[in-house]
Amino acid sequence: MDTFIQQLVNGITLGSVYAIVALGYTMVYGIIQLINFAHGDVVMIGAMVAYSVIAVLAGSGMALPPLAILAIATLCAVPVCMAVGYTLERVAYRPLRNAPRLAPLITAIGLSIILQNVALIIWSRNPLAYPQIVETVTYRLTPNPDGATITNVQVGIVGLSILMMAGLLLLVYRTKLGIAMRAVAQNPQVAGLMGIDINRVISMTFMIGAALASVAGVMDGSYYGIAHYQMGFLLGLKAFSAAVLGGIGNLGGAMLGGLLMGIIEALGAGYVGELTNLCHLSGWSDALAQRCANDPHLAVFGSNYQDVFAFVVLILVLVFRPSGLLGERVSDRA
Amino acid sequence: MRVAHKIGLTLVAASVITIYGCGKKEEPKQAAVAPAPAAAQAEQPVTVKIGSAGPLTGEIAHLGKDNDNGVHLAIDQANEKNIKIGGKPVKFEVMSEDDQADPKLGPTIAQKLVDAKVAGVVGHLNSGVTIPASAVYHQAGIPMISGSATNPQLTEQGFNNIFRVVGRDDQQGPAVAQYLEAMKVKKVAIADDATAYGAGLADEVEKTLKAAGVKIVAREKTSDKATDFKAILTKIKGRAPDAIFYGGMDATGGPMLKQARELGVKAVFGFGDGACTETMNKLAGEKNAHGFICSQAGLPVQAASKSFLDAYKAKYNVDPIIYAPFTYDAANLLIAAMEKADSTDPAKYLPALQSISYDGATGHIEFDSKGDRKNAEITIFTMKDGKLAPVAVVKGGKSIKFDDYMKEAATAAPAAAPAMAPAAAPAMAPAETKK
Amino acid sequence: MRSYLDVRGRPALAWVGVALVAAALVALPWVLAGIGTAWVRITNLAILYCFLALGLNIVVGFAGLLDLGYIAFYGVGAYVYALLASPHFGIHLPFWAILPLGAALACVFGVLLGTPTLKLRGDYLAIVTLGFGEIVRIFLNNLSSPFNLTNGPQGITLIDPFRIGDFSFATTQQVLGNTLSSPIKYYYFLLAVLLVVIVVNLRLQNSRIGRAWEAIREDEIAARAMGINTRNMKLLAFAMGASFGGVAGGMFSAMQGFISPESFVLVESIMVLSMVVLGGMGNVFGVVIGALLLSYVPEVLRYTVGPAQKAVFGRTLIDPEVFRMLLFGLALVLMMLFRPAGILPSAVRKRELQRRTDGG
Repeated sequence: MDTFIQQLVNGITLGSVYAIVALGYTMVYGIIQLINFAHGDVVMIGAMVAYSVIAVLAGSGMALPPLAILAIATLCAVPVCMAVGYTLERVAYRPLRNAPRLAPLITAIGLSIILQNVALIIWSRNPLAYPQIVETVTYRLTPNPDGATITNVQVGIVGLSILMMAGLLLLVYRTKLGIAMRAVAQNPQVAGLMGIDINRVISMTFMIGAALASVAGVMDGSYYGIAHYQMGFLLGLKAFSAAVLGGIGNLGGAMLGGLLMGIIEALGAGYVGELTNLCHLSGWSDALAQRCANDPHLAVFGSNYQDVFAFVVLILVLVFRPSGLLGERVSDRA
Repeated sequence: MRVAHKIGLTLVAASVITIYGCGKKEEPKQAAVAPAPAAAQAEQPVTVKIGSAGPLTGEIAHLGKDNDNGVHLAIDQANEKNIKIGGKPVKFEVMSEDDQADPKLGPTIAQKLVDAKVAGVVGHLNSGVTIPASAVYHQAGIPMISGSATNPQLTEQGFNNIFRVVGRDDQQGPAVAQYLEAMKVKKVAIADDATAYGAGLADEVEKTLKAAGVKIVAREKTSDKATDFKAILTKIKGRAPDAIFYGGMDATGGPMLKQARELGVKAVFGFGDGACTETMNKLAGEKNAHGFICSQAGLPVQAASKSFLDAYKAKYNVDPIIYAPFTYDAANLLIAAMEKADSTDPAKYLPALQSISYDGATGHIEFDSKGDRKNAEITIFTMKDGKLAPVAVVKGGKSIKFDDYMKEAATAAPAAAPAMAPAAAPAMAPAETKK
Repeated sequence: MRSYLDVRGRPALAWVGVALVAAALVALPWVLAGIGTAWVRITNLAILYCFLALGLNIVVGFAGLLDLGYIAFYGVGAYVYALLASPHFGIHLPFWAILPLGAALACVFGVLLGTPTLKLRGDYLAIVTLGFGEIVRIFLNNLSSPFNLTNGPQGITLIDPFRIGDFSFATTQQVLGNTLSSPIKYYYFLLAVLLVVIVVNLRLQNSRIGRAWEAIREDEIAARAMGINTRNMKLLAFAMGASFGGVAGGMFSAMQGFISPESFVLVESIMVLSMVVLGGMGNVFGVVIGALLLSYVPEVLRYTVGPAQKAVFGRTLIDPEVFRMLLFGLALVLMMLFRPAGILPSAVRKRELQRRTDGG
């Protein structure tokens, strides 16, 4: 039971990061019906910029409290990522808004490669160790002294994610910009006729998504203690799968999808080995029983398939429920 | 066309000098430079090319450069000695080629070296590149010695001209396992990064521990690009092991160690040479890193012969990273075999190389029938207050305390006494993918 | 250039042109071998990339479906060959039996992947294929337990070379006083297959199927209204593209003699895509030129970028390898923005892309 609770805690923390990244995909998709392929790399840039700032501040000898350093680092990462997001939109999407669908996709892939390699040149190929400035405090969740625990960092990540989602919902449903965004999402032409500057709204959407991504990058970096120029690729793919799971274009869906994806991954990696353990079938075959005597962990799948779960979920959702869990729109068949 | 022709001619000329120059044929040029009477003394040296192949650009260029440095050092020292082979003075020349650690470039780079008619090759770095390249060297009959390819398959192909001076994954694995066993652990969890290196190592550790009756409570795999290990660590924690062995590089080993301690896992961590670096302090945090054990194939850099270390430091002004002593030995082995056979013709000196017995920077070297190093030493380290300190040497299935081993070595061969300075542990750069 | 090769238009001149090109292609390996046999190997790899690019061109260029996991089919073909012609299982089938098998299995994978996803929109397809590529790689990497199918990350060694009777492609022979080395033998084989593949592609493009793909690419709904079975046609494109990849993989396996999952990573998919985009999606000759260009670029960069930086800055700031990736990225972006139809645009594609970007 302790193990299960611990896996849930791991999954929810990971899921919170996915959720924040998934929001970026879903917002852009909602408004221009395109997948922002380079979104994962924006997350990476956020983590990298924050790393540099933390390294400088922590090494400068200024006795700043750890949280202040983290906050300053995040505040530095956000504008950089917003600039990257804006550039992405200007270079890859705006000029090709009316081109065939393939064109902006390919440009975005190109930009993703460029972002990664620029990051490689600036921050080197080596994995960067995030300075451990926040002292980890562990809280016990069960009476068992060796049982499930949660750390202050995990609490912080989950809390911050909830705050950011709430903020985003307020922005979309309670502000003028939010109304404009929803209008453009429904029908850009008509929105334009109503006096909305479509280009500005789309740019803003990209920038908000990028800002969220940068925070996700800082969270991921400080949680796992490592940043790498290729970290955005898998993170982005999984977050995208999460957005599709929740129903792409739907903000609540992205959050739900993200959380679920995190939990699926944690539980999957934790339990798939036992679920597919061939030794349960030892009674059926003597040869199998013999192998199991020597190797009780003989399983068809193990934790090595952890990265596959997200894709399998993605394919299953697309086949059986393309609109996702909360999405209303059926993905159009153009 | 014309240019091509010219280049072709130059190559032919070069090869004539390289291969046949040492034989009976007189080079007209030599005769012109050094007239007959003085010829015996002031003879123009014959150039012998030694190939050095590894990734000089890309992901693990720093390791490739380190390997290349080792070869250059050996060749420079050999040239100072004015070696004579077949009665003629010989000048060795290194031809460094970049394989970018890309398997599909392996045969191409090998072909380049074969085209240039090198007498022998030191390389490559990664097993994934070395294996396809080895087929080309085998075709051409050119001896190849790798200083870092540890995948057992390399020498299982039945190629009689392919060697390695580094321990195989299945030699290193048992050593760590033996040390763990000597620590009296009862339950062990094993994980790896699903690369040839990590999985090969972890499988061997598993095999050895099982044979010794240690219980394997979990066998997990992750990937070399992963950052989240909490899922598998939580599972492992539930099985309460005394020790956890991870086959993988420091880039994943460090974060894994950190996350394990965050989850309250108290087991001792063991790693292979890929995570036997001081970068682990940064990646895991110094407090978390303290106390893990790890192994390195061969004698450690700081236990490599002092003369090698000093020479390397003097020439490059940095400490060797991991495999430079091995490539240094590999180059020296080629030269020693040529001297012994008194020929630079690969076909002639190959038998000498197969039966060589040589004391190098990484200890005594002899090859078995497959081309693997006989009885390779493995050193066990522990991380102590941010520094790697050697604790034991495993040789021939026996674990000897490091201090005892050093005493023995000092009495046995005072000239080649290894540096007694664990404090001068190598400043190892992190390596993400390799071998 | 093509007008010189147009046999029907100006017969005499055209035949001379064809003869010259043929003679050049036949003589090429000997010239290259004069510089160094390594260049023949590089050329062989370049031809292999031509196959891949032509196969992907069917999917991306002809049918307009973005496939980012194309290298998976290459991997499947490579592993089929490796498993059926190596000591791993002790099976040694002849290559002419395995290559079609590899193509068929890759084709099955193509259909498997295509069936659930083809009814989705293009960008979903892109990301699902990307995921598929990763899944295949992860499986290849991990299928060593519980049953050792692929030998996991250690890869498969000692793969048989092509062999016809006693004539082995792996050995060096003396033919008419010339040394016929292994890479040169493979060169002629690859060249022959490449010519066949090019002809097949050209014929395909102008066939009923090719025109159906074109119609789908332009407007799927209209195409369906015209009575084209869009789903089957898309599946066909996927399957054909995949089988080209499978054949290329088998040849790679035989030439390399050793394969491991690290040869089938995402970067390779992106590289092949860059070749197709650079050459001009849908244009057979353009794609071949794109593939050759990008295959030689790393070699050229190695001799220019590094030394040039050393001369200017005194040290290497940007690895040639990084520079190459930057170039790929830039090529994708700039081509799409300024020359969406590629360096050698196909007439139809040019018209179409022009109109779309102008009008909307």
